[in-house]
Amino acid sequence: MSFGYSRRRGGGRLLLRYVLASAVTVIFLFPVYWLFMISFKTADEIYHVPPVWYPSQLQLGSYLVLFRDGDVLAILNSFIVAGVSSLLAMIFGTFCAYSLARFRTGGEHLAMWIISQRMIPPIAIVFPIFLIYVHFGWVDTYFGLILLYTAFNLPYVIWMMRGYIADIPLELEESALVDGCTRWQTLWKVVFPMARSGLMATAVFTFVFAWNDFIFALILTRTEVITFPVQLTHYFGGQSNFWSKIAAMSVLGTLPIFVAVTIMQRYLVRGISLGAVKG
Amino acid sequence: MADVRIAGLQKYYGAVHALKGIDLHVGEGEFAIFVGPSGCGKSTLLRTIAGLEQLDGGTIAIGGQIVNDMRPRDRNIAMVFQNYALYPYLTVYDNVAFGLRARKVVEPEIKRRVDEAAAMLGIGPLLQRYPRQLSGGQRQRVAIGRAIVRQAQLFLFDEPLSNLDAKLRDEMRGEIKRLHREIATTMIYVTHDQVEAMTLADKIVLLRDGRIEQLGAPLDLFERPATGFVAGFLGSPSINLIPARLVARGNGAAIALATGETLALPPGRTEALAGKAERQVILGIRPQHISRAIGGKMPSGVARVSAKADLIQPTGTRTFVTSHVGGVAVTVELGAHDVGAQGSAVDYAVDLNRSILIDPETDKVL
Repeated sequence: MSFGYSRRRGGGRLLLRYVLASAVTVIFLFPVYWLFMISFKTADEIYHVPPVWYPSQLQLGSYLVLFRDGDVLAILNSFIVAGVSSLLAMIFGTFCAYSLARFRTGGEHLAMWIISQRMIPPIAIVFPIFLIYVHFGWVDTYFGLILLYTAFNLPYVIWMMRGYIADIPLELEESALVDGCTRWQTLWKVVFPMARSGLMATAVFTFVFAWNDFIFALILTRTEVITFPVQLTHYFGGQSNFWSKIAAMSVLGTLPIFVAVTIMQRYLVRGISLGAVKG
Repeated sequence: MADVRIAGLQKYYGAVHALKGIDLHVGEGEFAIFVGPSGCGKSTLLRTIAGLEQLDGGTIAIGGQIVNDMRPRDRNIAMVFQNYALYPYLTVYDNVAFGLRARKVVEPEIKRRVDEAAAMLGIGPLLQRYPRQLSGGQRQRVAIGRAIVRQAQLFLFDEPLSNLDAKLRDEMRGEIKRLHREIATTMIYVTHDQVEAMTLADKIVLLRDGRIEQLGAPLDLFERPATGFVAGFLGSPSINLIPARLVARGNGAAIALATGETLALPPGRTEALAGKAERQVILGIRPQHISRAIGGKMPSGVARVSAKADLIQPTGTRTFVTSHVGGVAVTVELGAHDVGAQGSAVDYAVDLNRSILIDPETDKVL
């Protein structure tokens, strides 16, 4: 009898948990839902009081406008700038990290100095950088933004990868060296596979940083390589805000990150904990 | 198969002088064991031979060729590490094949060699598994398999059994000995375990503080140690070291213990010790060379000492008794039923023919 009672009580608790979890999920997902919905609504529906919870039909007009006017090029720019800079930062950063971790390059202090570079508030350096860029003619160029994001992401990559590499047992590399590998082969065949989760997690974070950056892109671009966050600001007008365009652009800008994180979720969780827990 | 010749080897770690002039020859097909306490330099010496550490002086020649500046991969050696060093993202097969692929051996030949090694080590059924699915003993077999397939001219083992439990360690020790007989390659093996050293080695190289303390066949070192350190390191339970004084007695010499007993040295020893009377010595006598005294008359060179059985530790086959002799605790190895109750009086026959005398100042055996 008591068994049945406790079971019923246990079931009630479980139900309560599900209800609470659902409520929290709804609260957190609602802004995302709302963003998507706005992008599919007509202007009339957007400003309707009381609010229209879902559009009468999924009209793609807002998106078509973005494609027709070439606004989506900003997404492409973001892709190029964030992708190339992440790739460069990962390549150079990982080799630097290997050197720091295995050959103790620069002793203990160099690594600390490198990460300290990442702590600088971007706003404190963006204007000096702007002046330098003007001088060299790098403003509003792919090269300019890629160089900046690579430089800005390098300390992070070096710091993270140094931790991941230091956690790889040295014996694995030594065994490979004795077995017939060169240092480079050891990197390819041992270090990279062992640090795969760390590499993936770090790459996602560097990409997301460059993708989301607003302040550098705002000041260092004009018309040619405007990135998605800067493009978004063009829809906030003095007289009115173009909510449908803002929503559609936001959706387009969020999707790649959403997809990347979903695909790499497996690595991301493992990679983050890999660095946190030694073992 | 190749010999290893080391001359005047020096190695520093910053200010620490890790290897202080090592001269050593390991013959073709020989099984040499580097043994010694922690920090004696045995692993450093092995790693320097492998090329994983740079040397700071002297030469290392493998198969007659000086390898000082050669990369590890060019030395044609295989090495088994303490923590197995298996790649967790590769199957057992790929782990064993790793070194062959790095050397661009063709796949059919890789398969042949991996299968052969797997059969030799009994890991055939494990080839498609991953290291995390294996027990410690199986992992160690895989690590050894990876070395075997290389068909290298020299095998290096860096404390390969120290992560295994006692039973597995005994088993793998036998396996390694069998392996050495079957593939007949020169092997150098580092351990801190004197039992491994005694049972496996053709040649023991006993290191202490960056120098070779003594090298030779296991029984040579055991029976004729050059120093008190060597005598104390080899043997279990370890040798008894009793502070004493060398005195003249009649024509010969004797040992005077701190507690007043005098033990006559055998005639053979007295000549060698002529002129050294009245000096402090340390009497070294192994637990196996003290027995229960039976009858009144002692054979030549055997002295009778009376003591009390302070502590009795039976193991089934042998019984270890601790008594106080000459003011220090002495361990005696007796037959299982050779001693009565704890605290009872017992007469020991100390076989001084097998004893050693150590100079307390230089630690050298006289």
